[in-house]
Amino acid sequence: MSTSMDTIADHGPAHHADTVDRSGPPLVEMKDISIAFGGIHAVDNASIDLYPGEVVALLGHNGAGKSTLIKILSGAYKRDSGEINVRGETATITNPRDAKKYGIETIYQTLALADNVDAAANLFLGREIMTPLGTLDDAAMEAEARKVMGRLNPNFRRFKEPVRALSGGQRQSVAIARAILFNAKILIMDEPTAALGPQETAQVADLIKELKKDEIGIFLISHDIHDVFDLSDRVVVMKNGQVVGSAKTSDVTKDEVLGMIILGKCPPGATPGPGAMRD
Amino acid sequence: MSQAVSDAPAGTKSVQAESGFKRFLRATEIDTRMLGMVGALLVIWIGFHILSGGTFLTPRNLWNLSVQTASVGVMATGMVLVIVTRNIDLSVGSILGVTGMVMAIVQTTWFTPMFGFNSPMVWIATIGVGLLCGLAIGGLQGFVIAYMGVPAFIVTLGGLLVWRGAAWWVASGRTIPITDDNFKIIGGGSDGSIGASWSWIIALVAIAFLAWSTFNARRQRHRFKFPVKPMWAEYLTFGVSALAVIVATFIVNSYLLPGPLARRYAEANGITMPEGGLEIAFGYAVPVLLFIGVGVVMTFIARRTRFGRYVFAIGGNPEAAELAGINTKRVTMMVFALMGMLAAIAAAISTARLTSATNAQGTLDELYTIAAAVIGGTSLAGGAGTIAGAMLGALVMQSLQSGMVLLGMDTPLQNIVVGAVLVVAVWLDTIYRRRAA
Ligand SMILES: Nc1ncnc2c1ncn2[C@@H]1O[C@H](COP(=O)(O)OP(=O)(O)OP(=O)(O)O)[C@@H](O)[C@H]1O
Ligand SMILES: [Mg+2]
Repeated sequence: MSTSMDTIADHGPAHHADTVDRSGPPLVEMKDISIAFGGIHAVDNASIDLYPGEVVALLGHNGAGKSTLIKILSGAYKRDSGEINVRGETATITNPRDAKKYGIETIYQTLALADNVDAAANLFLGREIMTPLGTLDDAAMEAEARKVMGRLNPNFRRFKEPVRALSGGQRQSVAIARAILFNAKILIMDEPTAALGPQETAQVADLIKELKKDEIGIFLISHDIHDVFDLSDRVVVMKNGQVVGSAKTSDVTKDEVLGMIILGKCPPGATPGPGAMRD
Repeated sequence: MSQAVSDAPAGTKSVQAESGFKRFLRATEIDTRMLGMVGALLVIWIGFHILSGGTFLTPRNLWNLSVQTASVGVMATGMVLVIVTRNIDLSVGSILGVTGMVMAIVQTTWFTPMFGFNSPMVWIATIGVGLLCGLAIGGLQGFVIAYMGVPAFIVTLGGLLVWRGAAWWVASGRTIPITDDNFKIIGGGSDGSIGASWSWIIALVAIAFLAWSTFNARRQRHRFKFPVKPMWAEYLTFGVSALAVIVATFIVNSYLLPGPLARRYAEANGITMPEGGLEIAFGYAVPVLLFIGVGVVMTFIARRTRFGRYVFAIGGNPEAAELAGINTKRVTMMVFALMGMLAAIAAAISTARLTSATNAQGTLDELYTIAAAVIGGTSLAGGAGTIAGAMLGALVMQSLQSGMVLLGMDTPLQNIVVGAVLVVAVWLDTIYRRRAA
């Protein structure tokens, strides 16, 4: 839904139209979130939201607070202040189990895999398939693992080895597979393609588009501005723990977004946040 | 496995042979570390046999060895899980001491008067109290470690002193003799063996179980059309394990009751003594069966249950386990509670074997237990270890000790050897891991 005439020329050819329905309540709303580690305000009064079928890209320099913000949503960190709403209702998320109950699945930047067990054990960690006798059904889990990994990384064969023995990209595929295996409603992807080859990256891009169609909301953290413009409906930029601003991806140019990231300068097409540079 | 290259130059021949061996290992899915340990054990046994002038590899000595291994071996199975979660338990010897003391006291002062002398309720109630006691102690330590965040090293170092002190305190330092004859069976001894026929029955059950689990594993993989082991490899691994069971049974059945005991046994069972004396075999000792039973159950827990899966995941990456939604604190506490319970089982074995609870019982057992687990391939970095390895590790440790006693070595020298072997074993393991990685 490009509105202003002058931005059209700047758009890359790959750009898509904004089809997200924002009339209902947001899927997720994080309001005035703050957290400090010792003296460092890692996240400072940040507010973001996400609608069904929407991809919101979260951008910012290293240490801007992106991972910390989404880790509060995934239950890994307890916020100092602020509130989280899921589908318009206050959500209590104090640990990862709570978040999963709301259908929030996360691909962590660190992948968060148990290196000493195999891919199937990692995919089902915390949600194992059991036999009727109450024992682990490893064969069934391996079968599911083969299915989902076949979708993401068809060349993957090493189902019997501990994930420590896998390559960085293979490990990342395992982490992605784990997040999509359990019918996520809200998906957090913290640099999901950082270690992937071109083919696997393309597969993740296809996956994101597919998940969008299923009305899943996705927070995508990425340093790859081309990927961001390819995949996201909105961008949110953070700097030093604060939100610089947010914009529909179609309303801003790549250069403007880079300006937001590096200088904290909010362009006219964006809604400024508390972290925007004042002039 | 075959494709022999007959016309290959001589230099490549060894390479070919090695890769053939590797392929053999992969096909049979044999754990090379376990294979190495069995090899080390055989070297130790044969070495002592030669040095002792042929007295080590006798049915009598091997039977004794099996009984002596039971107590520390039971605890080593639990220590595996403790170390896998990146913790340590230095208090198991003292927990053994205090639970042994508690069992002796409740048995003599409460249960025997309550239920009557040698009533079957006595040993059941005694063991029940002992297990609860171990569970509570382990659970308490686990709570402090998991929920209050005090390092396991410190909590269990404290426990080492606290429970040893408590053992003294409950009996004011006295030695408490065991009176219940049923309870004594747990310790082995003359009445604590099951005899030849039962030993063979147990051997048959064990072999049937091996066959069933082999078949079941194969069927599971067929169900999802996964690649399976080649048939010859299945037969080979099954055949070797079945053979091991048969040999072990044969050995314990070759150890015959000595003359006076056999006579007593004959009188008790109303058998008239034949001319040439009575040939009555010991068979498996009850504590050894208990040890093996604990090993089977612990292997099941480690490999087939959610709890076991979580224990290993926590050891591999505690943060990832937490993020996956595992209640890592609860699992950690449960691991220590389980360890406490196993220490109580070990206490029942050793108290029954000594037919009394003494104040020094179990002293230094924590070190032997940890050594057994570590020699058995449990990584102190966490995340890796097997129950079977620890059981074998306990057997290695006990073999060393018994062998040195047999050779008449002084205790200080024994300690020097055990200490050195521990360090060398872990060093070898480090090299193995580096090469495997
Ligand atoms: N557990 C922690 N303890 C202390 N400080 C932390 C912790 N986690 C994050 N921080 C600090 O919070 C700030 C934000 O970190 P965060 O990981 O959220 O950055 P990021 O935007 O994800 O960066 P990157 O692009 O490098 O992933 C940094 O200054 C970091 O040092
Ligand atoms: Mg980050």
